[in-house]
Amino acid sequence: MASYSHSIGAVTYRFADLKELMAKASPARSGDFLAEIAAGNDSERVAAQMALADVELSRFLEEPLVPYEIDEVTRLIIDTHDKAAFAPVSHLTVGGFRDWLLSDSADGRSLRSLAPGLTPEMAAAVTKIMRVQDLILVAQKIRVVTRFRNSLGLPGRLSTRLQPNHPTDDPVGIAASILDGLLYGNGDAVIGINPATDSTASICALLEMLDAVIQRYEIPTQSCVLTHVTTSIEAINRGVPLDLVFQSIAGTEAANASFGVSLEILQEGYQAGLSLNRGSLGQNLMYFETGQGSALSANAHHGLDQQTCEARAYGVARHFNPLLVNTVVGFIGPEYLYNGKQIIRAGLEDHFCGKLLGVPMGCDICYTNHAEADQDDMDTLLTLLGVAGVNFIMGIPGSDDVMLNYQTTSFHDALYARKTLGLKPAPEFEQWLAKMGIFTQTDGQIHFGDTLPPAFRQALTQLERANTS
Amino acid sequence: MNKPTTGNPSPWQRLRNLSPARIALGRSGISLPTNAQLNFQAAHAQARDAVHLPFEAAGLSDQLAKHGRASLVLHSAASDRHNFLLRPDLGRRLSDASVDLLCKYRSGNPGGCELAIVVADGLSALAVHRHALPLLKCLEPQIQAEGWSQSPVVLVSQGRVAVADEIAERLGARMAIILIGERPGLSSPDSLGVYFTYAPRVGLTDAYRNCISNVRSEGLSYPMASHRLLFLMREACRRKLSGIALKDETEVPQMTNTARGENFLLG
Repeated sequence: MASYSHSIGAVTYRFADLKELMAKASPARSGDFLAEIAAGNDSERVAAQMALADVELSRFLEEPLVPYEIDEVTRLIIDTHDKAAFAPVSHLTVGGFRDWLLSDSADGRSLRSLAPGLTPEMAAAVTKIMRVQDLILVAQKIRVVTRFRNSLGLPGRLSTRLQPNHPTDDPVGIAASILDGLLYGNGDAVIGINPATDSTASICALLEMLDAVIQRYEIPTQSCVLTHVTTSIEAINRGVPLDLVFQSIAGTEAANASFGVSLEILQEGYQAGLSLNRGSLGQNLMYFETGQGSALSANAHHGLDQQTCEARAYGVARHFNPLLVNTVVGFIGPEYLYNGKQIIRAGLEDHFCGKLLGVPMGCDICYTNHAEADQDDMDTLLTLLGVAGVNFIMGIPGSDDVMLNYQTTSFHDALYARKTLGLKPAPEFEQWLAKMGIFTQTDGQIHFGDTLPPAFRQALTQLERANTS
Repeated sequence: MNKPTTGNPSPWQRLRNLSPARIALGRSGISLPTNAQLNFQAAHAQARDAVHLPFEAAGLSDQLAKHGRASLVLHSAASDRHNFLLRPDLGRRLSDASVDLLCKYRSGNPGGCELAIVVADGLSALAVHRHALPLLKCLEPQIQAEGWSQSPVVLVSQGRVAVADEIAERLGARMAIILIGERPGLSSPDSLGVYFTYAPRVGLTDAYRNCISNVRSEGLSYPMASHRLLFLMREACRRKLSGIALKDETEVPQMTNTARGENFLLG
């Protein structure tokens, strides 16, 4: 295996292999220190970045960072690599690739056709020598549009997952959060519940309810209960109306095994979803969640840095034509991403890598109470991702997930991003909001209806009656 | 004097009775009204303070002594809170001094015991300060009724769940219970978790543990938590295992969906 080195002044830094070079070139984050693979100091980090900039992109095809023989994700990446698509950049180094990405030669069209020619490792490598503004500028050029019952990812659009979680899965409590979210114009990416219990019966009941709400109010969106893929397959077998098939995934075979999945099981879930043929505009129906640090937390990282592991998860995701891929960036805790600065950069890296690889990238802009982060950090990441063209974010009542105990973006936060950045919901959902009298959006302003939308008055009246009887 | 404005109140405020979620907050323009914004900041401050509140192990030790229970006060290998947050592996092991202390105790009690109860701060000392003693008081008579021999209660600062494995192994205990502060949520800074392991030893994963979560005033009550824990322990003793294999049989049935009648959104 080739070794790599770079001198700064009188000091020469050596890196045993490409994996070590990638880890040491990574901007500092707690997870790589926890794994004991981070650069020892700032000079070593920059030396690694300089050495990495001189590595040819094609090197990543010759030196797999996780061995081909022991990892099916590596095999998927290598075996599906499109050499013809790679041709336009195959002569470049990582540094040259950065320059090309920033140039006018890299536009929406050329970047989309390049995606199958890039491996996750190439995408991860170039982020390590990119600043925040580079990550935003390049990502903004790439649109990844997906369809099920509406069109997500179009220019000038920002969608939201309405996340109506409840500590005990009480359907009435969940319905209350759904109505709240709809009345603030949220829910075009998906109405998606994290269930508190994993019993198949209660998950099927939630799926039935979501389907009934979507049909009753003719909402151009899709539903999801974020349960294990095998539970979704079971629900499909029972004839339950299921729109999106969910699964948490990671970038190594061993990490996926810790989630109880393999490429084969994911394929089964995808096929089961397709068999229902429930999408009216398209058949993108997989919903994946990821996050830096998941491979390390399963002790399944093979000494690879956490950002490269994460990019490899997008290599898994894109194989299944997903509707939504969501990096849950600040959920995992401070031992992987310590503070607002690390969370913000990771969110932008993930979004950039996903888009570059052709994945419909959204972000759960979030933090836990033991991380050094707060609402100001989330506002910053939300604004930056809005500028970068993120496909979707979460929408939750008042930023507080009362089931999962973490903070993510609120219904109000989505309105803020839409107003300040002139972003609209998915076009079909935008029309529905106008038809229902919830709000219209013109000239950057959001105009709410003067009264409670008529279609929902009955629901609230019913509630009043129930309360007084 | 005019009342300060708090933005447009939500016309669907009546939804608030249906969920603990922060629904129907109203809006100022499109943003959060001042009250809602400051209420959030206050809740976040409480949760943050809970994470960083030092564990008063000596105080708890005194209180236990008043109830006739001996205790051992230990420290994990994580030297301080910063270290604890960044190095979960250190929070799962004991400091060298604590290992010495346990070894010394064991040499005087070479026969081991059936049960070791551990109390650790975890991510919320507040949860431990509020709920550890009342829960122990509720548990003790039931444990005594089973006739299980016990080690002193072991109190650990900067401890994570798996630290109980090392403690129980060093004490020669057949079962371990750890009461530990859970990651504080915005609306639940003082939630206590209880983990149970049969045949505990260093290196076990969560798959070998059973968890009873959300013990607090607004969550699971002390008697209910004790009831579930004792059920688990008896089953574990009978089947000589804990963890995933025990899980499904101990689910307490949730309130059924039909309890509140038809869903208002679909009526």
